[in-house]
Amino acid sequence: MTMLLRKLYTWIDERVQLRTLVEFLGKKYVPVHRHSVWYYFGGVSLFLFIIQVVTGILLLLYYKGSEELAFESIQFIMSKVSFGWLIRSIHSWTANLFILTAMIHMFSVYFEKAYRKPREVTWLTGMLMFFLALGFGFSGYLLPWNELAFFATKVGTDIAGIIPVIGKPIMVFLRGGEEVTGATLSRFFGFHVAVLPGAFTVLLGIHLLLVQRQGMSEPLGMEHAPPGEKKVMPFFPNFLLRDLLFWLIVLNLLAILAVFFPWELGKKADLFAPAPAGIKPEWYFLFMFQTLKYIPAQVWVVDGEILGIAVFSIAGILWTFIPFWDRKSARGEQNRFINYIGLFVVFYIILLTIVGWLA
Amino acid sequence: MNEQHDSSSPQPYQQSKRDFLQYFLGGSVFAWMASVLYPVLAYLKPPKQAEVEVMSVKVGKLADIQPDTGQIVKFGTKPVILVRAGNGDLYAYAATCTHLDCTVQYRADMGLIWCACHNGKYDLNGRNVAGPPPRPLDEFRVVVQGDEVFVSKKT
Repeated sequence: MTMLLRKLYTWIDERVQLRTLVEFLGKKYVPVHRHSVWYYFGGVSLFLFIIQVVTGILLLLYYKGSEELAFESIQFIMSKVSFGWLIRSIHSWTANLFILTAMIHMFSVYFEKAYRKPREVTWLTGMLMFFLALGFGFSGYLLPWNELAFFATKVGTDIAGIIPVIGKPIMVFLRGGEEVTGATLSRFFGFHVAVLPGAFTVLLGIHLLLVQRQGMSEPLGMEHAPPGEKKVMPFFPNFLLRDLLFWLIVLNLLAILAVFFPWELGKKADLFAPAPAGIKPEWYFLFMFQTLKYIPAQVWVVDGEILGIAVFSIAGILWTFIPFWDRKSARGEQNRFINYIGLFVVFYIILLTIVGWLA
Repeated sequence: MNEQHDSSSPQPYQQSKRDFLQYFLGGSVFAWMASVLYPVLAYLKPPKQAEVEVMSVKVGKLADIQPDTGQIVKFGTKPVILVRAGNGDLYAYAATCTHLDCTVQYRADMGLIWCACHNGKYDLNGRNVAGPPPRPLDEFRVVVQGDEVFVSKKT
């Protein structure tokens, strides 16, 4: 067996110089310091993404993306297909955990200022993947074609429609017409299983390539410490095994969630029923949803809605482009201002999510 | 001397020939891209579906509509809310919340039309009285003929 593996290795090595790659992996080190724990959240997000791809492909075998059949096909998956309930429940739970770990990863990178030169593009691809993840969440939420999803999609796409000039065509493009109908479901299905995965995979490739090429970022101030004082850990196998252990824990957590808290399907969407009381979006949109509730219809001469959307859009753009305007961190200096903004954002999101949850 | 100068910089007619080729090729690339992109972009825009324009819809018998209740009526492809107030008066409005497109409902406990999505409230005249809705609900006409109730577009 080992003989055979060795032969295979030599066969590949003779053709693509596998040795250089193995040498590279052998020399890869991960810095060890009191913030090292945050390094694991990128890896675990990757793991959860892989679970989504696998369970998503499994769901595709039975799911039917049409107004008449979508809800029934998920009922079928959950009641007739062996372990269908498990696969669907894992897909739904993983989607939520994925957004959570990606958020933790993003905030840890933010507070460590790991986005600073030379890792601007890594941050940028990460942010784009985060927006795509929200798109995955939003489009996937509609696919069961239940009551909550129907109204969530109506509200979400209507918000896009509020943007002056370009909003209306965007809304019609997303909905596949003026209203949310079966045409919207077909489009969202296409986005969810083809457009978004394709774009995400390209960005993920660039992101991972950059991480390999540039290595892990070190906290500010540690970069210039004398080499003797720096503690490191070999990536292979020490860090990788720790990564795998964390993945195993998360997989167990997922199994517990999926089995004991199975994802509900709710009621089939009725285009002529009023929105049900207590309707809420997914938790990761809740802070924005709650904010919209507080903004009055008119603020001075501006529509309350336009104001809310403008503020969130500008904040999102500033956040995405932070490596390009935080010059201080780029020079290797501490920038407390960035920490205050970050803390404000974290507290704002947590507070409004809790308020929205309890409301 | 003169010949050397000529060979190092192209003559005017050569320059214009080069310009022509550049514009020609650039224009071709542009035309090629437009001829590929235009059908794709046009394809993304959903076609207008022929819709039968509904002017009036029969809801049912007046005796079947209890006072202090509301119901959603299918008005073509759009929902319309028909409310019968406690005193027996009938009101009809487009059931689409002017805020963010959710479908509204009548709340007997408030005596108001309410939107569950963002807690928007309208009185029975369709006026936005609380919450985020920016304008009143579009009004429909209620016609009672004999004991039948009809909802029709305001003209």
